[in-house]
Amino acid sequence: MTAFEVDAWFVREVLPLEAALMEYLQHNWRNRSDIYDLRQEIYIRVYETALKELPNRPKQFVFATARNLLIDRVRHERIIPIEAAADLEGLEVAADAPAPDRAVLARDELRHLQAALDRLSPRCREAIVLGRIEGFSRSEIAARMGVAESAVSKYLSTGIRALVEIFYGEPRTVRRKP
Amino acid sequence: MSANPTALEVETLAAEWIERRFFGAWSETEQKELDAWLAQSLAHRIAFVRINSGWQRTERLAVLQSPMRDAPVRAVSREPWLKFFRLAAAAIVIAATSGAVTFVMSRSSENTYATHIGEREVLSLADGSEIELNTNTVLRTAVTPSRRTVWLERGEAFFRVKHDASHPFVVMVGGRRITDLGTKFSIRSDSGRLQVAVVEGVVQYDDPTQQHTAASRILRQGDVVVATNASTSVLRRSPHELADELGWRRGVLIFDRTPLSEAAEEINRYNHKKLVIADPVAARMKIGGTFPKNNVNAITAAARELFGLHVEDRGDQIVITRR
Repeated sequence: MTAFEVDAWFVREVLPLEAALMEYLQHNWRNRSDIYDLRQEIYIRVYETALKELPNRPKQFVFATARNLLIDRVRHERIIPIEAAADLEGLEVAADAPAPDRAVLARDELRHLQAALDRLSPRCREAIVLGRIEGFSRSEIAARMGVAESAVSKYLSTGIRALVEIFYGEPRTVRRKP
Repeated sequence: MSANPTALEVETLAAEWIERRFFGAWSETEQKELDAWLAQSLAHRIAFVRINSGWQRTERLAVLQSPMRDAPVRAVSREPWLKFFRLAAAAIVIAATSGAVTFVMSRSSENTYATHIGEREVLSLADGSEIELNTNTVLRTAVTPSRRTVWLERGEAFFRVKHDASHPFVVMVGGRRITDLGTKFSIRSDSGRLQVAVVEGVVQYDDPTQQHTAASRILRQGDVVVATNASTSVLRRSPHELADELGWRRGVLIFDRTPLSEAAEEINRYNHKKLVIADPVAARMKIGGTFPKNNVNAITAAARELFGLHVEDRGDQIVITRR
């Protein structure tokens, strides 16, 4: 597999699982501040495998990788997080839900994006609205917001990261807690 | 434990790259720097791919910018004279617009124009630039003293841009961005395919949806970018070939050893009465010459007389078969 092929596969097959993966990590790992690093490590392992050969059951593969990583971590940490250890025996891959049809998905996606946009800090939100929705350039945004271009860059990049975190990392609809 | 950056630090850097690529000046130098950063570690590459694809999806948010909606942007604007200028600018555009272009809608700074099948029209913008709309084209403009942005929603247009370094002229097509650096160029967008041809000067082409080097580059005279969802390629065309491709501006289509099927497809863009080549052998026959774009007779005559094909007029379409 070339890296470009793996990139495309990753976007198509792995990123849509991110919300479920995050839920899984939050549920099975006590220290919240580790979550992003765990996710990064899982993605690297998945990607490295995919470079050799694309796993034919991506969902199973991603969650198996997550589970193995958590087990490795528990074994190598000097202090074993007790809750994590207790849960490891019963780590289950989230049940396969039937895929919703595409039209519903598209509508949900827009709603989800809008909700994500609304949760940005006011300045980031304003910069993103001007830059992404209204199509203004960085200097125009700076003039409108009355700040320096470098500040606009910061608002935009912070907004981009936060939007994507919500878009991929959080579930589309409000789910009942199990 | 280690000097490795945290995942959040890597993601922050990736988001900064994407911001730079989307909003900043982007040339081959920047692309090389990005390529080097991506090659440093898999973590970099994955963070970039992830944030880039998420950012690409936010393109969908653009639907929130409906022309009928009260734009929050206007509320931000505090200069009353600017408001007046915008109204005046819009009026100038309307006045300069001749008959056939349908002036679809307008708000203070934004206008939408459309041509029907077979029409070709020239828009003179308030900043002195001109846009020629080819057949079946929809285009939205936001040209004010502070901003020059055009969205090509559908079809084909030729741009003759009055250069102003402090207010770049930006054409958005889907998620792709073409920034004028002083020039004449044409853009055609149909069925998932985008073509940008530079006739004169320099253009910057950016496709934030792709990561290949070709997806973001400077185009010079004679460069033609052809982008689909799957690939981006850059071709070189001689001035002669480019002039032929832009024959529509003179009301003609110029073919040079063009398969009949392609010629039919091309001429069908301009006419309601469609030419159908209902025979695979006939479809591959090569045709050359200059044909009026709004009249299929010249091409059907060539098919009948040069190739000995059977031409049947069925009212809404003309079907060509072998005898």
